[in-house]
Amino acid sequence: MSDIRLLWRKFLNVVMLTLTGVAAFAVVSVLFLILGYLIWNGGKSLNWDFFTQLPKPVGETGGGMANAIVGSLKLLALAALIGLPVGLMSGVYLAEFGGSTFSFVTRYTTDLLNGVPSIVMGIFAYSLLVLPVKHFSALAGGTALGVMVIPITVRATEEFLRAVPGNMREGAMALGASKWRTIATVILPAASGGIITGMLLSLARVAGETAPLLFTAFSNRYWSPGLNQPIASLPVMIYTYAIAPYDDWHRQAWAAGLVLLALVLIANLGCRLVLNRRGAYRSV
Amino acid sequence: MATSATTIDCAAPPPAGQRSFIRRLTDGDEVAHLLTLIFAATILLLTSLLVYELWINSKLSRMKFGWDFLWTRSWDPVFDNFGAAPFIYGTLVTAAVSLAIAVPLGLAAAIFLAELAPRRLSDSIAFLIDLLAAVPSVIYGLLGIFVIVPLMRTTVGPLLKSTLGFLPIFKGPNYGVGFLTAGIVLAIMVVPFIISVSREVLLTVPREQREAALGLGATRWEATWQVVVPWARTGVMGSIFLALARALGETMAVTMVIGNDPKIAASLFSPGYTIAAVIANEFTEATGNLYMSALIELGLVLFLMTFILNGLARILIVATERGGGRPS
Amino acid sequence: MKRLSLIASLLLGLAGTAFAQGGTVLLNAAGATFPYPIYSKWFDVYHSAHPNVQINYQSIGSGGGIRQLQAGTVDFGASDGPMTDEQLAQSKVKVLHFPTVLGAVVPTYNVSGVTGDLNFTEKALAGIYLGQITKWNDPEIVKANPGVKLPGDDIVVIHRSDGSGTSYIFTDFLSKASADWKAKVGTATSVNWPVGLGGKGNEGVSGLVKQTPGSIGYIELIYAVQNKINYGKVQNAAGKFVKADLAGVTAAAASSANEIPADFRVSITNAPGPTAYPISSFTWLLIPSQIPDAAKKTAIKDFLKWMLADGQNYNEGLSYAKLPKLVVAKELKAIALVQ
Repeated sequence: MSDIRLLWRKFLNVVMLTLTGVAAFAVVSVLFLILGYLIWNGGKSLNWDFFTQLPKPVGETGGGMANAIVGSLKLLALAALIGLPVGLMSGVYLAEFGGSTFSFVTRYTTDLLNGVPSIVMGIFAYSLLVLPVKHFSALAGGTALGVMVIPITVRATEEFLRAVPGNMREGAMALGASKWRTIATVILPAASGGIITGMLLSLARVAGETAPLLFTAFSNRYWSPGLNQPIASLPVMIYTYAIAPYDDWHRQAWAAGLVLLALVLIANLGCRLVLNRRGAYRSV
Repeated sequence: MATSATTIDCAAPPPAGQRSFIRRLTDGDEVAHLLTLIFAATILLLTSLLVYELWINSKLSRMKFGWDFLWTRSWDPVFDNFGAAPFIYGTLVTAAVSLAIAVPLGLAAAIFLAELAPRRLSDSIAFLIDLLAAVPSVIYGLLGIFVIVPLMRTTVGPLLKSTLGFLPIFKGPNYGVGFLTAGIVLAIMVVPFIISVSREVLLTVPREQREAALGLGATRWEATWQVVVPWARTGVMGSIFLALARALGETMAVTMVIGNDPKIAASLFSPGYTIAAVIANEFTEATGNLYMSALIELGLVLFLMTFILNGLARILIVATERGGGRPS
Repeated sequence: MKRLSLIASLLLGLAGTAFAQGGTVLLNAAGATFPYPIYSKWFDVYHSAHPNVQINYQSIGSGGGIRQLQAGTVDFGASDGPMTDEQLAQSKVKVLHFPTVLGAVVPTYNVSGVTGDLNFTEKALAGIYLGQITKWNDPEIVKANPGVKLPGDDIVVIHRSDGSGTSYIFTDFLSKASADWKAKVGTATSVNWPVGLGGKGNEGVSGLVKQTPGSIGYIELIYAVQNKINYGKVQNAAGKFVKADLAGVTAAAASSANEIPADFRVSITNAPGPTAYPISSFTWLLIPSQIPDAAKKTAIKDFLKWMLADGQNYNEGLSYAKLPKLVVAKELKAIALVQ
């Protein structure tokens, strides 16, 4: 009797362990399938026109997404300008001057902000920056993205600042440096690798966001000068073209998807490789 | 001590708190403290502003419908009768479907990576899975429309119908879009989070636990399933909550594959609607202030749902780290 | 890195502003998807002829056009459902309607085994969209299509998920065709659809019909033509089955052209006459009567004049009918009302 039971347990062992391997394999294959599909469909649709031309009128084939590519870069630049300094400084505060209830509340609020769905962020930016001034703008879109950049940057900054070994701080203090000097000239540089990669990861994350842009940056058929006009962006174009019936638009949506994914994955790959080589912590 | 403020003091500064205020000011520490404090306070300001805006702009709708908003099933712009029930239902159902697929899959993969795979392989695969987490939502939507929806319509749907068609959740016509498709797309999106966090948590389980189980004659699987995983269970639960929070807030991928129909139906093949999707579709054209206000109230509901979930997730993850995951 | 991002943003900002030469007028507009193909053609052609005027039109649905105009975030809007009296009363600025083209809403379908035109009676369309007729071989459809082999497949109903003038036109027709529809659902840009899937914009509905076997949807004629989707004939008030085309739409407008009201808001669905196509409609640009910015005002007025003259030559190429001459004459006079 116990032999059968033993056989059963061994059998179960093999089956379940194999299943876990299958699961891992399945998940990894999905990734490769996604990449493969995008590269295949996007690759054959990419051409020089895509990067240099403006969109053509509805129903006509050809044209490109030059304005959307530049638009996305512009929005990212705005998001960086708005979100990175706030994130960096707040991270410094939490790591170096923290310890009170205020910093506990701040940390909790940052986590809260991180969890806000991106569409709600869009509503927020709309009521704050579109409604009062009565126009859609790159600024509104950039701000929505910028606010989303803050929590990730704060986390990364705090984590890497804390990871700087204590003896560096003590050494600096022993040499007579004041606190801010220590932070500025010793600790921040030491943590800079991790912090910068955290910043790049946060930018890569918002580069692909569509929902917050739908009613802030809106979209634009032409180039968007300055900060106060609606602006085209890759994710919004992908969405608009994908749900339309025109085959040529589908083709362009794949191409745009490939470009966007390439941007995001390269940034992620680069950052994580750098982090791993430095042996530092993962940033989420 | 009457030292000039411009000379550099080579002696070690006195312990903090004992320096005079002027000294700290000129040293720049107070300034630095204040400056960084202001930035940190900005975060609080922004978040409060967010909640305030959501609250104020949904006022019309809250005043008119009250708590009934949460279970009214109609969404009627013509007769100005709005209710959140179909959207809450859709949000919860798609999230449930996605977890039903992602949790077993993710946990199994995490177990493989933490327990069975050699460290190098485990690290590389975990790295690749982290990349999967970085793929933008709209790209999942793109794949959803052109790959998964046709697949559902031509292959998976008929297969499910022929084998499990007697179940109420698989009755009714199969359009290709609907709750099930949205759930599947969401599952692909959240599985990396489950794997990533669960793997980390499983790796922290002390070796003695495993070895003790194996020493008592357990098979590898039994040691894993009956000792290691329960040890890490609060952390794993935390990862599930995180995945759930992500699934609830997902907008683009869902709106591209769910069918955009505010109905409550038992069948998973039926088209539906989620809170995020309806806001994305109808926000720019909500003619009428009550309509707009109702949409913003939906945003408030979603915000509260994710707020509560994220809070629970954090508590659970922290509890694992602190208490060592002792199964109680 | 921060320094780099700062420099990059400055460069981009400069590059961006470089495109805003002095004298460029940037107009933002949004609204109907029904006329989107002709509008995007017009704005493109107009921009080539007048490089300093750039009209950025986003097709977000008629409901969106009305809303954004009221919110003031666009310079003008577009809608195929004219604004209702309540909407006009609520609007802070008086809004003028300017018809631009005549178009047709067609019932498109994707039915296996059917390659030709299906005939739809008014009762059939109302019944399908009310959810009362659920299969393609329902007697109401069969009796109008003798000789066509209709499968017993379920009908997948597709409607608009956004606030749509095309929906307005279609529901207007259904309300006239069926008292049941009028009582239960009504006419509006956004209604409580009894059944069906929602697609975003004419584009979304076309896409869904194209991809979903057994489906039926209502879209503007040009979308069916450009995407080569089958569309059927509809029975008009005189009892004849008419397929949507320029002649049918023009005939539908002919009877009301003489009595078109001063504010140009009129419905021409279910028009009398043997050749009239029953689901026809004008579509309107919604122009605020007061435009404070002088450059924008001039640009908009000039565009309107162009649209009523040269612009109309592009209509037929994209399957929209030209405006009746009487209407054009009245509109030219009405442009003066824009201040």
